[in-house]
Amino acid sequence: MTVLLIAEINGTRLEADATAKALAAAARLGAVDILVAGEGVSTAANEAAGLAGVARVLVADHAVLGRQLAEPMAELIAGLAGRYTHVIGPATAGLKNILPRVAGRLDVMILSDVIGILDAETFERPIYAGNAIQTVRSADPIKVATIRTAAFAPAPRGGSAPIEAIEVAPAASAASHWVEDRLSVADRPELSSAGVVVSGGRGVGSKENFALIEQLADKLGAAVGASRAAVDAGYAPNDRQVGQTGKVVAPALYVAVGISGAIQHLAGMKDSKLIVAINKDEDAPIFAVADYGLVGDLFQAVPELVERL
Amino acid sequence: MKILVPVKRVVDYNVKIRVRPDGSGVELANVKMSMNPFDEIALEEAIRLKEKGAASEVIALSIGAAASQETLRTALAMGADRAILIETAPGADIEPLAVAKLIAAVAREEEAGLVLCGKQAIDNDMNATGQMLAAILDWPQATFASEIRLEGGAAQVTREVDGGLQVIGVALPAVISVDLRLNEPRYASLPNIMKAKKKPLAIRPAGEFGLDIAPRLTVVTTVEPPARKGGVKVGSVAELVAKLKDEAGVL
Ligand SMILES: Cc1cc2nc3c(=O)[nH]c(=O)nc-3n(C[C@H](O)[C@H](O)[C@H](O)COP(=O)(O)OP(=O)(O)OC[C@H]3O[C@@H](n4cnc5c(N)ncnc54)[C@H](O)[C@@H]3O)c2cc1C
Ligand SMILES: Nc1ncnc2c1ncn2[C@@H]1O[C@H](COP(=O)(O)O)[C@@H](O)[C@H]1O
Repeated sequence: MTVLLIAEINGTRLEADATAKALAAAARLGAVDILVAGEGVSTAANEAAGLAGVARVLVADHAVLGRQLAEPMAELIAGLAGRYTHVIGPATAGLKNILPRVAGRLDVMILSDVIGILDAETFERPIYAGNAIQTVRSADPIKVATIRTAAFAPAPRGGSAPIEAIEVAPAASAASHWVEDRLSVADRPELSSAGVVVSGGRGVGSKENFALIEQLADKLGAAVGASRAAVDAGYAPNDRQVGQTGKVVAPALYVAVGISGAIQHLAGMKDSKLIVAINKDEDAPIFAVADYGLVGDLFQAVPELVERL
Repeated sequence: MKILVPVKRVVDYNVKIRVRPDGSGVELANVKMSMNPFDEIALEEAIRLKEKGAASEVIALSIGAAASQETLRTALAMGADRAILIETAPGADIEPLAVAKLIAAVAREEEAGLVLCGKQAIDNDMNATGQMLAAILDWPQATFASEIRLEGGAAQVTREVDGGLQVIGVALPAVISVDLRLNEPRYASLPNIMKAKKKPLAIRPAGEFGLDIAPRLTVVTTVEPPARKGGVKVGSVAELVAKLKDEAGVL
């Protein structure tokens, strides 16, 4: 079994946490080559080579790959796929965009959001917002899968894999081009990898009030998350959404403030180790998954909590 | 330009599904079904583009059992001009790869200029069909769209990505998959529901396309996730802090 793991690259940086978690999953299947594709990614390649358990790092450094657009990335990966039994990546927005396209090109199915690997062809994945877990066996010659990072502990550092540059036929297509990034300023831990997450919902009431959530997050050294309702209402940016169709997190501590606990939200956080909920409605469904529930007004409880921490 | 909108009939998002105790799947008998919420958003966008004069016709397409006609009637009532059902055997599992092949066949036949699909079907949570379709057609793709602007044979699309937003341009024809914040879908009015009954809905057996749509994945078993055990209610913030410190040891 040989696995091609696609590193998650953000600009020129390696998303080390997501990549290391997918590596931990990939390593269960066989020898792993990591593909680092982008423009100006030599530092990222070095970092990938430092992850333990990597056979080789393949570097595709080319301007057409600079923004990791789906068309040239899928072209590149599909071209390499024939040498591997598995093509795998973390289930980031970036690779959820690319890997199904690779599978389509190879005429194989995609295994999305894998949370368990039973053997080389048998995988577990959540369906219906995580309310059911399906075990599926793939009959395809090449298995293409995205890995839900919250389900795997990261592979450690301490490796020194050889790095090989690979040729990229620059099929610079006119079909798609990058225009701009409008990224949120990241001044606190990243949501998907944070050990503590504080999330606010519609109950927070306004963008201004969301400062309360951030104060609590600052006290706890936490990342900030949000429900869909809070994002839709403009209280928080889109990349903070936790849930079935947002980010899936499993921190040591998740604090849900003014969030009712719809199944779509629970899908993104119910595997957290410890859940705290603050909600003024004692019947809110969030309390059914909370280890510690505080029934009360968040506008009193959160400032008091900030003070006592 | 014709816009093709694939719509899937799924268990309504408000339903708490039940897993059959024998591991054979999710109970679908007597469960409320609806159009996949992302597909409503895709359809709404297509209708708005037509209303703005950017499209000539909106075609709704579903792949599924006969009951999917109901979903297509909803699409027609919202404002699609006509509908196509590619009918499959009841209970057959049509995977995204097969769905993408069938959509591709219709997109070619119709010479569609744009396929607007949902980013994810909320039953299987695959998030794959649009990307696979783009690969099969060899068209560019713009997934997870929160804003779409058509101009001069191209689309400028704002995408929801992990770090925020990304704007890309794609030449048409293209596949665009839509995210939650693109628009708020309209409700079908009663007169439009009546009118929809007269709009054309073609039914074509899947076999007619001569494509390999056999499943590649065998479902071995479907189980419920381990249940989280309920916790306790605390009486005050002070008690919460004490529990976090002493009992859970997370502070
Ligand atoms: C296709 C689809 C995908 C979706 N994907 C997601 C997703 O990924 N993530 C997600 O989160 N949702 C998602 N949703 C939405 C989901 O169904 C819920 O609508 C949403 O999670 C509700 O957000 P909320 O809990 O913040 O708001 P509400 O349900 O309105 O809850 C607000 C809560 O705040 C409490 N509250 C109000 N004021 C106070 C106060 N002063 N003090 C304390 N408590 C207070 C209320 O008691 C209430 O429980 C999706 C929905 C669909 C249809
Ligand atoms: N059986 C189907 N019929 C019509 N459209 C579908 C079907 N399955 C998936 N789609 C489309 O593909 C999108 C993504 O679905 P999926 O890849 O299954 O998560 C959906 O939002 C629909 O637009």
